[in-house]
Amino acid sequence: MENRPLEYDYTVAKMFMFTTIALGIVGMLIGVILAFELAFPGVNTILGQGLAEFTNYSRLRPLHTDAVIFGFTLSGIWATWYYVGQRVLKVSMAESGFLMFIGKLHFVLYMVVVVAVVVSLFLGITTSKEYAEFEWPIDIAVVVVWVLFGVSIFGLIGIRREKSLYISIWYYIATFLGIAMLYLFNNMEIPTMLATNAAGESGIGNWWHSVSMYAGTNDALVEWWYGHNAVAFGFTVPIVAMIYYFLPKESGQAIYSYKLSLLSFWGLMFVYLWAGGHHLLYSTVPDWMQTMGSIFSVILILPSWGSAINMLLTMKGEWQQVAASPLIKFMVLGSTFYMFSTLEGPIQAIKSVNAIAHFTDWIVGHVHDGTLGWVGFMIMAALYHMAPRVFKREIYSKSLMVSQFWIQTLGVVLYFTSMWIAGITQGMMWRAHDEFGNLAYSFIDTVTVLHPYYAIRGVGGLLYLVGFLMFAYNIYKTMSARPVEESELQNASPMGA
Amino acid sequence: MNIAELQAYGYFALVLLLVVVLYSYIYHLYSTDKKKGGHDYEKFSNMALNDDIGDAPVSPMSDDKEK
Repeated sequence: MENRPLEYDYTVAKMFMFTTIALGIVGMLIGVILAFELAFPGVNTILGQGLAEFTNYSRLRPLHTDAVIFGFTLSGIWATWYYVGQRVLKVSMAESGFLMFIGKLHFVLYMVVVVAVVVSLFLGITTSKEYAEFEWPIDIAVVVVWVLFGVSIFGLIGIRREKSLYISIWYYIATFLGIAMLYLFNNMEIPTMLATNAAGESGIGNWWHSVSMYAGTNDALVEWWYGHNAVAFGFTVPIVAMIYYFLPKESGQAIYSYKLSLLSFWGLMFVYLWAGGHHLLYSTVPDWMQTMGSIFSVILILPSWGSAINMLLTMKGEWQQVAASPLIKFMVLGSTFYMFSTLEGPIQAIKSVNAIAHFTDWIVGHVHDGTLGWVGFMIMAALYHMAPRVFKREIYSKSLMVSQFWIQTLGVVLYFTSMWIAGITQGMMWRAHDEFGNLAYSFIDTVTVLHPYYAIRGVGGLLYLVGFLMFAYNIYKTMSARPVEESELQNASPMGA
Repeated sequence: MNIAELQAYGYFALVLLLVVVLYSYIYHLYSTDKKKGGHDYEKFSNMALNDDIGDAPVSPMSDDKEK
């Protein structure tokens, strides 16, 4: 055997980088189509009446949400895990044939699940539970994929050289445990072929079809315990894991306060799981549970801001880097959007505010300033940082990155401002009544008023998609850009003109 | 006392306990920092900054074996 120095092995990280980009394009493209369908209903049948089944809003909507959550974001989480995990534990995947096999199997099975999800959702096969649309055979496959992720995490930890676990590893472990618990409990379901109805008939429906084990209010409670915590353990916890590694590394600055990072971690774990009830304010769930959801949502500001401020303070005395490096720009704007949307969410969870905000476009705006501004920006920044180290080449174009940053920032701003105005307008119009209690407006009155804002939202989403395509192109060209030396990769990423 | 009241007291006690645990943790973090032989938490940041495979770990696994 030749005597080569040990190196980190990014094979699996590269695979997931590819799916992050591919599924990001798919998910965001469908999102833009949906936005224009809402603004211009004709788009629903853009491919003709014959194909309307596949192009209408209700068929595409779960494809958008699932592609960006379980496609783009999850791939991003795994791409970064297979990169960061090795580095902070100081152990290479090349040292363990077993872990390398698990990593590749993880990717291959994930691809199988992705294909199954895309095909089944396009065919309209769904459990009809928001963000949990997959039928039971896919759920079982998801569990297998998740277990492989767990084997990879704990396997790598088991052979580490660094005894202490870096804060990002804590967050990756929390992601694994949190989603495992949430996914299992929310997807408890009975295949209808095993059920017998009141008339004594059994073997009902298609073999893949199932019904939830919970009914009515209980189903709603479990669904939103899952739904909100999927945001916690999919959009918050792993993204915090990323920024705690990539921002210090790219800027060369130690975390402002490592102790604050530990405290925020436990604070987040302690508080987040109780907040899901805010999705069910003014519904049939017990009042004390709604109040608890509100209170915990407000408390949630503290640990969220603990992490976000910790990141901004990490840049203390180094703010010239924000001006100089587009990569730092993405991360600093990302953590700013994190602060912004973790303030906005608690405000919406206050009962009196929720009376106006519930079911309106303001909620959609909130979700998107978090996902586009925080999750999307951070994952792209992570991949930009990884690309030169994984390919041993400089980032193809710095100026393309800068243009992308401003185009996408404009896109996010157009998106959430239009949805704020639309949502509050909607909320006020729905509540307006005359002195006898008759509603002042019918539903179509709100639709007419909201049209321009829907169009603006479509443009905002389109700008973000354009930026994402620029990102994809930049990463693609990086694969054949100028090769770099190891010494150029210590902190700030090398970038071409 | 009915079950609902019991639940309410139990819930309050649980919240109180968790608050105490959280504040004790803060105290623990800041006090062990200064103690002799305690952890210097801030040096753990170096796990990200010096993460080449040849860099010395902040707290190597092999320390355990020597003890």
